[in-house]
Amino acid sequence: MTEPVLSVRNLIVEFPTRRGVLRAIDDLSFDIAPGEVLGVVGESGAGKSLTGAAIIGLLEPPGRVAGGEIRLAGERIDNLSPERMRTIRGKRIGMIFQDPLTSLNPLYRIGDQLTETILTHEPISARAARDKALRLLEEVGIPAAETRLSAYPHQFSGGMRQRVVIALALAVDPQLVIADEPTTALDVSVQAQIIALLKRICADRGASVMLITHDMGVIAETADRVCVLYAGRLAEIGPVRDVVKRPQHPYASGLMAAIPSLAGDPDEKLAQIPGSMPRLGAIPRGCAFNPRCGYAFDRCRTERPDAYPAGASQAACFLHDAASALPPEVAGRAAEAGIQVARVPAEARP
Amino acid sequence: MTDAARNGEPAPPLVEVKGLRRVFDLSKPLLNRLLEGGGRVSLTAVDGVDFSIRRGETFALVGESGSGKSTIAKMAVGLLRPSAGSVTIDGIDVAGKASADTQRRMRRRIQMIFQDPYASLNPRWRVHAIVEEPIKAFGMLPDAKERAARVGELLSLVGLDPRDGQKFPHEFSGGQRQRIAIARALASEPNFIVCDEPTSALDVSVQAQVLNLLRELQDRLGLTYLFISHNLAVVRHVATRVGVLYLGRLVEEAPARELFSDPKHPYTRMLLDAVPDIEMEGKERLTIAGEIPNPVNPPSGCHFNPRCPFVMPHCKTVVPPVLDRGNARVRCHLFAEG
Repeated sequence: MTEPVLSVRNLIVEFPTRRGVLRAIDDLSFDIAPGEVLGVVGESGAGKSLTGAAIIGLLEPPGRVAGGEIRLAGERIDNLSPERMRTIRGKRIGMIFQDPLTSLNPLYRIGDQLTETILTHEPISARAARDKALRLLEEVGIPAAETRLSAYPHQFSGGMRQRVVIALALAVDPQLVIADEPTTALDVSVQAQIIALLKRICADRGASVMLITHDMGVIAETADRVCVLYAGRLAEIGPVRDVVKRPQHPYASGLMAAIPSLAGDPDEKLAQIPGSMPRLGAIPRGCAFNPRCGYAFDRCRTERPDAYPAGASQAACFLHDAASALPPEVAGRAAEAGIQVARVPAEARP
Repeated sequence: MTDAARNGEPAPPLVEVKGLRRVFDLSKPLLNRLLEGGGRVSLTAVDGVDFSIRRGETFALVGESGSGKSTIAKMAVGLLRPSAGSVTIDGIDVAGKASADTQRRMRRRIQMIFQDPYASLNPRWRVHAIVEEPIKAFGMLPDAKERAARVGELLSLVGLDPRDGQKFPHEFSGGQRQRIAIARALASEPNFIVCDEPTSALDVSVQAQVLNLLRELQDRLGLTYLFISHNLAVVRHVATRVGVLYLGRLVEEAPARELFSDPKHPYTRMLLDAVPDIEMEGKERLTIAGEIPNPVNPPSGCHFNPRCPFVMPHCKTVVPPVLDRGNARVRCHLFAEG
């Protein structure tokens, strides 16, 4: 197997506060293969954006990486000095944020921002950098790119601005692009264009993408694999088709059922998960999802599940651990809901 | 029972919107105009919108930013005066000159639920005071004990504990706050509620809870909703009829089922195609380039003409009339006879 572009192992991110240390990301591991698009989904507060910030070394103090490893193409990057990290950020990891207005400097012309980025990371002449900037703008579909080089960010529309940000992120051919809610601030008709652009341009360059979003539709259209987070922990990770169509973690399965879709019967009540995600200081013992889970049994309330193989995915749920003493009733119900439980006890078999 | 209902005819609509128009003046102050030159600048946010909502139904308005959704919502509850046209509720003009007493009675029956439950609840008030406010404002229950009992009832109705009344808004999650906002809206016993993006600020699992609650309340209390959203999948789930707005004009209006199964206007089709597809069927897309033009200077003729794949020469000059097509009404030259 080829070496992953990004490898996150047992990542822990903590926020020391007066009332004690809050663990925002707890023992999270995943890999991104070369050229792969990994979608990271979860509800607000699940730790999606923090994971991205931890990878690029931009955690807001007092937040800190308190454990685990982050490797970029095999090289450890979580313990680098800020100066070293700066040479990686922008050069080897490109970033796209939700609001393009905050990632562009309003006082500089678009062309200058692009050439500055290129010149910071590449030993080429100013003229060559400008040519490259022009080609980039053309590539991301900015009409009349030549004249737009000297325009300011406020002279672009929202969608065009996000195109510029994509050009900026990919200016020096990074191995990995971290896109944090890249289309959330955009209208649907523009969102579709930006997703298509991001997909095409990263595929052309062979860049891997970590796509952070709360919109499952965007993930379904874009990602190869998905990682579902819940309360700072991994719930499920697997190929996008499997996670969307045959989710194996009860949270992932509840989440998929709760999404209103353009297919299906509109008169049917939406499936809903009772309650809401726990606050950081109040994460329950055992599995973080157990108080809201319809399949929780004794073990879920005391022990924290590892990620177990579940169909084509990995799910952090005891339903998938052959060592769990699954109550037959629970196993039966879970199997009915399409969850491939580890081992259906003899009593539950027909 | 009304005469119409006795004759087996459908009841007259509760809400009627006729020729609604709102123009905002964006001009610089007079002195600047005189010194620097330049004339008046105006933005037509809502341009001749007609629709009606029958009792117990949900009419959804969908559109992208700048389409005029929220401006219509504000005019429907009387927070903004129309430049022309009217919104009538049970025959009474919301912005009209009916007697103070009639106005008061009508206002009690209109309520609104806002997008952001973090901004729409006063952080310094306890929940019971927030929910009690409309009851007091309309002088509905003079006895404090009765009011407290009513607040408890309202909180249970939206799935909260009556004891939650003693807490402050910050002690609740986003979804629970939206429930408080709904309880407050129900306090004056309205029959018409305007929901302006009520779930856009919420996570999906919580969004489902709130949508189900709104629907349950509609069935129980016979409420009529004007539901504003940019999310088509959500609209499909709640609406009886849907109106699609583009730059202030209603380009299509149809029963929800028909709009989603047989969209007519090219813009509606494009919107439906642009929704990221969780079903992953790999559907054929009608992708459309370009973005919404600046509403200060919209394209002439049909506003959609620069982005429309079926554009014809007269689309650029002639504003399309509203055409009736079965149960649907569509504003597009493609559907003209001949």
